[in-house]
Amino acid sequence: MSGIGFGTPIEPEGPAGPAALDMARRGSQRRNAVISTVSTVVFFALVIGVIAASPGANKVLDSFFSTTGFKDSFEPILDGFWLNVKLMLVAEGLVLVLGLLVAVIRSLPGPVLAPLRLVALIYTDVFRGVPLILVIFMVGLGLPALRLEFLSDLSVFTYGVISLVLVYSAYVAEVYRAGIESIHPSQAAGARSLGLTQFQSMRFVILPQAIRRVIPPLLNDFIGLQKDTALIGLLGLVEVARAAENYAAETFNFTGYTMAALLFIAVTIPLARTTDWLILRDRRRMAATAG
Amino acid sequence: MNAATPVLRLERVYKRYGDVEVLRGIDLDVAEGDVVCLIGASGCGKSTLLKCSNLIEPISGGRIMLEGEEITSEQTDPDRVRRHIGIVFQAFNLFPHMDVLSNVTLAPRRVLGMPQRAAEERARDLLDRFGLADKEGEYPDRLSGGQQQRAAITRALAMQPRLLLLDEVTSALDPELVGEVLTVIRELAETGMTMVIATHEMGFARQIADRICFLYEGVILEQGPPERLFGSPQEERTQAFLKRVTEAGRAADLTATDSS
Repeated sequence: MSGIGFGTPIEPEGPAGPAALDMARRGSQRRNAVISTVSTVVFFALVIGVIAASPGANKVLDSFFSTTGFKDSFEPILDGFWLNVKLMLVAEGLVLVLGLLVAVIRSLPGPVLAPLRLVALIYTDVFRGVPLILVIFMVGLGLPALRLEFLSDLSVFTYGVISLVLVYSAYVAEVYRAGIESIHPSQAAGARSLGLTQFQSMRFVILPQAIRRVIPPLLNDFIGLQKDTALIGLLGLVEVARAAENYAAETFNFTGYTMAALLFIAVTIPLARTTDWLILRDRRRMAATAG
Repeated sequence: MNAATPVLRLERVYKRYGDVEVLRGIDLDVAEGDVVCLIGASGCGKSTLLKCSNLIEPISGGRIMLEGEEITSEQTDPDRVRRHIGIVFQAFNLFPHMDVLSNVTLAPRRVLGMPQRAAEERARDLLDRFGLADKEGEYPDRLSGGQQQRAAITRALAMQPRLLLLDEVTSALDPELVGEVLTVIRELAETGMTMVIATHEMGFARQIADRICFLYEGVILEQGPPERLFGSPQEERTQAFLKRVTEAGRAADLTATDSS
């Protein structure tokens, strides 16, 4: 330890031994923690204060956050939400498969696949461009009107799934494709040089890496899909938004909407955190620096 | 196949990228068990020659034969050909999402259809031979450059290729890691592996090669046994190239002694 800093009061910029530096560092960490805590508390106090002081505060509190409202609306809203969960799960499963198929078709070279590539291109362009709400009407009202045996007598639930899958597969295909194109060509060269076919190289080398890379944006699209299940209510299905609407119509109280919002968040947040954790674990396993 | 048929034969091979002619009529025979080293300045066509031989790059003219059979004709299935020709790249090209064992067993399992146990057995033998026995469960990014390159060589050998192409396999390595990789290649040469090696390591080429080919602007300007090519090169370009390389080497040696 150098003699200069020894025994003198700690000053972060001053000359100091390793132990003194360490203490200084810890001191500044503590100061940072205090500053961020105080600023957070002040910020939220201000926001709550402004809302509470607004002239209609009590009314809003009564109609959106009433205790009896939460209690009474819980059951019908949860019933409705269960339908959304089913829509989410079925649609997400199909979107994962169809999106991947479209992305792989668009990524494979070769003149033989040219017509397929064109179909995939038109599909993604169209369904990324058309608003979901229009697709829901076209599918939900248009397909039954066609009076085709296999397309016109399906349940409203199925029409809802079809609409969601058509729109979101187009988004997800582009996410997958970005991932596929982000893998360096040397990986394909390595795979092909071992005798793997184009398809095997895609299946065993490119896709596993590409999909790992796009999990965060994929999750983003899934959260979008989950929220958009509420639009299927437009076809007359009593899903969560409809259930909240019904509750509001019966009681003139909007707490049902708050309830519905909380249910969506209750699904999204754990999903996001779990994904973060999975990605981190995967990265740790493969990373160069981890101990 | 009779003994005189070369493992690899290039006949008047041309390769163009747009307007640039990278290979301009290459003729080359590589006999069974031969070690041929390609030397020459960067951009002379060494790497392209290897990539064309492995059909990673299509050639623009001429033909290439593997054990007497033309592999550059329309009818050949390049995937079948590549099973028999291993290539190791400068940047390793290991698969980062798989551990070393899976890297090595992927092609034997998926391409040759070997059962997992048999493929793993073969892989472990090879990993053991190249000093990677304790690394089979590691992911490539957690290995040193030298270990990664040895794993890449193992991966190529697991397919039991008839021919191994090495494309400047030590150029991406820290100087202290070059030795361990060269040792592996030396051992392969001793076991009779047929190899074509593009390299900047002149000392190594001299020791290991049966024949040296000096490439200049897409043609093999001069070739012969190492003693002759390094000892008394005939062509002016070869002399100039070797002189430049030796001087650079000496300068590097000098700085190394200075700094130590």
